[in-house]
Formats: sequence, structure tokens, C-alpha cells
Amino acid sequence: MHGTLNLVGYGLSAIGPAIATGLIFAAYINGVARQPESRNVLQPIAFLGFALAEALALFGLVLAFVLK
Amino acid sequence: MHITGHLASGPGFVPPSTSDFKLPSIIGHSDYTTKPVFLVFFSVIAISLFFILASRKAAVVPSKLQFAGESIYSFVRKDLGQEIIGAGFLDYVPFLFTLFVFVLVNNLFGIIPFIQFPTMSHVSFPYVLAIFTFVIFHAVGIKRQGLVKYLKGIAFLPGVPKFAYILLTPIEIATYFLIRPVTLSLRLFANMFAGHLLLLVFIGGGDYMLHDSHLFMKILSPFSFGFGIVMTFFEFMVQCLQAYIITLLSALFIAGALVDEH
Repeated sequence: MHGTLNLVGYGLSAIGPAIATGLIFAAYINGVARQPESRNVLQPIAFLGFALAEALALFGLVLAFVLK
Repeated sequence: MHITGHLASGPGFVPPSTSDFKLPSIIGHSDYTTKPVFLVFFSVIAISLFFILASRKAAVVPSKLQFAGESIYSFVRKDLGQEIIGAGFLDYVPFLFTLFVFVLVNNLFGIIPFIQFPTMSHVSFPYVLAIFTFVIFHAVGIKRQGLVKYLKGIAFLPGVPKFAYILLTPIEIATYFLIRPVTLSLRLFANMFAGHLLLLVFIGGGDYMLHDSHLFMKILSPFSFGFGIVMTFFEFMVQCLQAYIITLLSALFIAGALVDEH
């Protein structure tokens, strides 16, 4: 069996953004549950935070392919 | 198509890699006549046709087509323009709308049968889109605030103690001139790249298992195909989300350039 350790490293590095994304949406859901009217205000903020956290995971993915 | 050829050559299962994205040119041997290039042209024609047809016979009681076109437009105009940019948002709605629809259609090419290749999985296309956003939001900021004031607003955040500028100024300059355009394009690229790779893994894997000599593998192969179908729906969600996010971020950058205080 062969492969590259890059993918193991990527798996480990994806833990951080995964937790971050979870926290962001947890906070978003909490906010909307407490105050449903705030949904429109919170939605772009939640997706912006999600996009920023997700970017880190995706950089890891790209680097896992690029670095040999 | 290229999956089966890829697999037949190797002895075992060859997982999809970056080489699966290097498609041969359709006409001649040029880098400018590959599938993604034609897909971009096709998307422009398809989008233009759709919206010309949708808006041609505009009526107070809309037809189904007009309704479809107007719902997409009003989504971008209200949720991305009005809500985020605020006053004077109408100037930027054409750009945001074009960006949203262009990215959405090119992403959806990834799951439309017989096309099945997301254009944005080639990084050069998102780069161009990011350059558009980059030029527009800086131009808006310079036009609105003047060059010196705009650059000063970026480099020196107001209300920060003087010694913090040693740390903050390089970070802020890097954010505005490097990190923003790079992350904007890489996010879209990496999402489409990873999504296409994911589908290749499950569908290529199912294909491999179906052609394996063991009966056990043949029986299990429908599960791989089934998961491929589930992932296709997941991809549909991601593709719409990424079109939304790139437009949202562009709108946020423009909104940030419009306000005087950063």
C-alpha cells in the first residue's frame, strides 16, 4: 500500500476549520433561536465567518496536492 | 469518460488526482481550446439567452420564465445589494448580479449531465473574477474618498494606540492588497476542485468495483455509485453556496470601501 503522508497531515489540519465551522453555525442557530427577527442581520455574518474558516481548510487541501 | 481510460491502464485502483483536470484540447493542440474555455463561452451565451427571453415580454403578471429571472435578480438586489451595501447600492447591482449568475452557472456545470466539469476548478478563471472585484472595490474606495485618504484609512486604523501600527499596518495592507483577492479566488477554486475530485472518487470507485473479478466487489459497487449520487446533491448545495459567498464577499468589500471609517 502506498500513498502520501500529505493526506494524513491534511486530515489533521482539517480538524481546526471543522471545529470553527461548527462553532460559527452553533452561534448563528443560537442567535436566531433566541431572536428570530435577527436572522437577516446574522445570516451574512455567519456565512462570512464560515467562508473565512473554510478557506483555511481549503488552503490545506490545495497544499496537500501541491507539496510533493 | 477519462476515468475509465485512466483505470484500465493501471493494475489496481488509481485514485483521481490533479491529472484528471488536465483535459485534452478539443480543437488542435492549444491550451485555449480545452473544455473549460468552451464552457465559459457556452455559459455566457446560455445566461444571455435566458435573461433576454425572461425579460423580453415583461408583464405585470409575470410568466413562469419572467418569474424565474426576476427571483434571481431580486435575490441579488435585495439580499446582497440593499442589505449589505446600503445607500447607493444600485450602482453595484449589475456587477454583483453578473458575478453571481456567471459563477452559479459555471459551478453547476459540475453536475449537469454530459457537461460534468466545473469551470472554476481551473484556478485561472477564479483569478480573473477576483481581479474584477479587486479593481472595482479599490476604484470605488479611491473615487469615494480620494487616493490619499483611502490609503490612509487602510494603513492606519483610527482609534488605535500609536505603537500598535507597527503590527497592524503591514497586516492591514496585506489584507487589502493580497489576502482578499487571493482568498476570494482560491476559495471558489478549491471548493470546485475538491467537489469534482470527490465525485470522481465515488463514481470512479464504483466503476472500478463493478469491473473487479470478485463477486463481492460487484455487489458492493452500487453503494459507491449511490454515495456518488448523494454527493452530487451535496455538491449542488456547495455550488450554490459558493456562488452566494463570492458575491457576498464582493459586496462586503465594496461596502467597506464606501464607508469613510474602516
